[in-house]
Amino acid sequence: MIHFVLLVSRQGKVRLTKWYSPYTQKERSKVIRELSGVILNRGPKLCNFVEWRGYKVVYKRYASLYFCMCIDAEDNELEVLEIIHHYVEILDRYFGSVCELDLIFHFHKAYYILDELLIAGELQESSKKTVARIISAQDQMVEAAKEEAGSISYIIAQTT
Amino acid sequence: MASSNSLMDSLFQRSLEDLIKGLRLGESTFISKSLEEIRREIKLTDLSTKSVALQKLSYLAALHGVDMTWAAFHAVEVVSSSRFAHKRIGYHAIAQSFSDQTPVLLLITNQLRKDLNSSNEYEVSLALECLARIGTDDLARDLTSEVFTLLGSSKALVRKKAIGVVLRVFDKYPDAVKVCFKRLVENLESSDPQLLSAVVGVFCELTAKDPRSYLPLAPEFYKILVDSRNNWVLIKVLKIFAKLASIEPRLAKKVADPVCEHMRKQNVGKSLLFECIRTVFSSLSDQEVPLKLAVVKIREFLMDDDPNLKYLGLHALSIVAPKHLWAVLENKEAVVKAMSDEDPNVKREALHLLMAMVNEDNVTEISRILMNYALKSDPLFCNEIIGSILVACSRDSYEIIVDFDWYLSLLSEMARVPNCQRGKEIEHQLIDIGTRVKDARLELVRVSRALLIDPALLGNQYLHPILSAAAWASGEYVEFSKAPYEIAEALLQPRTCLLPHSIRAIYIHSAFKVLVFSLGVYFSAQEPTSSSLVQESTSSGSSAVNGFTCDSISSLVSMIELGLCSLSGTIDVEVQERAKNILGFIGIIKHEIAEKATSQDSETEVHRAIAFMEDVFSEELGPVSSTAQEKVPLPEGLELNENLEGLQEICREVLEPMAESDYSSDKVSFSVAKLRIRDQEEASSSSSPPLESSSLLAEHRKRHGLYYLSSQKSDDHKDRDGNDNNTSNEYPPANEISVDSFKSKKKLSKPRPVVVKLDEGDEPKTKPDASSSNDERLSRAIQTALMGKGKGKEKERVKENHEINLDTENIEQSSRREKKKKKNGERSSKRSSRRQKDKEASVTKPVEVPDLLL
Repeated sequence: MIHFVLLVSRQGKVRLTKWYSPYTQKERSKVIRELSGVILNRGPKLCNFVEWRGYKVVYKRYASLYFCMCIDAEDNELEVLEIIHHYVEILDRYFGSVCELDLIFHFHKAYYILDELLIAGELQESSKKTVARIISAQDQMVEAAKEEAGSISYIIAQTT
Repeated sequence: MASSNSLMDSLFQRSLEDLIKGLRLGESTFISKSLEEIRREIKLTDLSTKSVALQKLSYLAALHGVDMTWAAFHAVEVVSSSRFAHKRIGYHAIAQSFSDQTPVLLLITNQLRKDLNSSNEYEVSLALECLARIGTDDLARDLTSEVFTLLGSSKALVRKKAIGVVLRVFDKYPDAVKVCFKRLVENLESSDPQLLSAVVGVFCELTAKDPRSYLPLAPEFYKILVDSRNNWVLIKVLKIFAKLASIEPRLAKKVADPVCEHMRKQNVGKSLLFECIRTVFSSLSDQEVPLKLAVVKIREFLMDDDPNLKYLGLHALSIVAPKHLWAVLENKEAVVKAMSDEDPNVKREALHLLMAMVNEDNVTEISRILMNYALKSDPLFCNEIIGSILVACSRDSYEIIVDFDWYLSLLSEMARVPNCQRGKEIEHQLIDIGTRVKDARLELVRVSRALLIDPALLGNQYLHPILSAAAWASGEYVEFSKAPYEIAEALLQPRTCLLPHSIRAIYIHSAFKVLVFSLGVYFSAQEPTSSSLVQESTSSGSSAVNGFTCDSISSLVSMIELGLCSLSGTIDVEVQERAKNILGFIGIIKHEIAEKATSQDSETEVHRAIAFMEDVFSEELGPVSSTAQEKVPLPEGLELNENLEGLQEICREVLEPMAESDYSSDKVSFSVAKLRIRDQEEASSSSSPPLESSSLLAEHRKRHGLYYLSSQKSDDHKDRDGNDNNTSNEYPPANEISVDSFKSKKKLSKPRPVVVKLDEGDEPKTKPDASSSNDERLSRAIQTALMGKGKGKEKERVKENHEINLDTENIEQSSRREKKKKKNGERSSKRSSRRQKDKEASVTKPVEVPDLLL
């Protein structure tokens, strides 16, 4: 199973973290620090797998962002590489030519998409179209709710 | 009033975007300021404000490590809103921050239940996501029925997530199996690939923990393996079969064909191909056809430019190496080429493979190649190479080495590699070979001489252990050397002041041994029985030692005296003591030598003194078996107190450092001295009623304290490592004990010298035996569920399987429950013990696999 997902920029700033195993807050920061150090120091032509603390970490670099996923030693690394690519393609489709800024300002959307993709550390949806459909449906619900909130009647109802 | 406050606040609340923009401009003070704001905002009643505040907080927590557990209650409040947007934010925050210890967990149960029953599929999916992440025992128990309903839902989205959640639920609350398992298995037959991949994923995880229980489902998996075209599904199914086939060999035969099919396809995805290869190597390695095919494919991987594929190819080869070495040998050139790759991972894998290939014939060749690489690589990898060579060569008491002379020269070569940091290991091996292999001692002395003479090596602190070994060997086996004078000179050269004091002491002591030996030779050459004063070989059957003329002896003596005079005033007690010892000895014999030794009287004091010292150094130290202590028979009438607690208290602080020190001699010599004193004190002052025999023992100790092994002090303080005992007792030499309980193994082949081996038994790894009722229940529940399915299949369950599965699961469970700070070795030892257990399990009554499959 996938233990956690980590997105780190080239300067070492964390853009997204999702944990599928119990880690305390202190452990999380420690893990992030350690792993960023290891991965950011690797050269461009080296292989995408790193052994770390008995687990394997698969990472891929897209533009200035490193997508890392930590898996058990017995999982298939190439499969996880495909999962990462899958996620990036979905993000691309959703944001339209996604860039790092998109992920910075809409990080919660990135989280929701990731939630549709992975559940309990396993891949649950391998079709990009389906994921896109679900997310847009959810967005519509949010939009509808927002509109309702913005209406004057609602504000009046709140204050009284 | 309060509401107007909230209105104002909500109108002017900083949104998430503002927060992010602010953060990009300035960091930590901004964070603390915003935290203040958030704390205020989140306590308001207006749900929108609350939710925005929560969103900001979860952002900070996720990316900047801010603790958000204090907001747990507020998260629950936000989730209770009817608006989807709020719910989303709330669930997200919950999934991120809740753990098993969050106190407000109870409050969620109802909310989750409501959402799980909602008609809006997105709300349901939110709740499911959340449950998957934070599910505890209670939550799992309470919500099982909802999950059960959802497993049969018509909406694919919901079903899929429910399946994912099942994994967590089963984990925490095994009784859920009774309810949900049937539906889960029904989903195996679904045609929707999405559902299928979810189900198969769940089973993959479950079988990883407990393969035996899922064996009856093999036919369904087989169907999927043959029919499905979806790579994701196939990979998972292959993993399942890898686990199942390792406990059920008949399955392996059946599965081999479809696996080969997949491998032979033209456009097969690399990930699928790799998984096939991995399955073949780990579980189907007895089947010829798939094995050969897999090896061919691996070759393609290795030839590819992509470093990922190269790494995976090497990794897969290392899986198969233990059983099928021919596969590795076929690809030898590729492996060697990989050693010079840029990627450190690839290099490491290649190194492991090379080590796996090593055997008697090619050890020289491989070491040569490896040493070349070591010289060229960075320090880390260089030491890895050297370390792995050392390990491989010393396995089983140097099993693979035929030519020890070559090996000793290799060791000295390693010492000269600039980055070498493996001094301790090399030292250990030098001494080890010296004590075990008689025939190699000549070469050992030659090698040591070369090391000692070179002044450049003294500066490198990593080499000091090697130098100490060289000094010891030169002293101990000085009879093999051609020019003792040179050795003595080298041992006392002024540059040795760079050495730490402990090693200096060893140097001085070896010089002493050399001196005694030379004097012995000189004086025995002067015996009236010998015909000439010239060449006289000693009794140890070594090469001829140059006879000592009177001049050479006196120059030797004076050189040593000169060298040691300066040391007689050093600060370090050890060095000073030894220097003074030798100077004292020289003082006794000096006048005799100066007198040109005309007297042939062998009864002079000097002669006696020299004969005595020779005697002291003549006992050979051999390796001591770790069980030697137990083999010493107890003398009659000796009664030992069970636990010499009194001794423990006194000696504990003294014995502990000794047990830990490997080869640091000065600590040992001091502790031995201390022990002697303490021992006498103890013996005289002990008021506990020792019986006559133990007081006799104490008296005996007093008289012969010098000759006692220090670890005999407390009988329950056994030697943990026989070798430790051996080398730690070398200084001072008076503490010699030659235990007669070692056996030497004679080899039949002529050229290979005899290596003394002992019956050192390693303790077998004790398997952990924790029992957890959860896992037992889970496997039992699954098995009853499958039995209850009927469908005309006959199954047999054996109770023993429970216990065995219990242990394997416990290992897996406990290893999962611990914090994730595990070491590699520990993990692999647990896995190997698990594999061992699986083998055990398969030996007991096998489960009857349904005939459909066979």
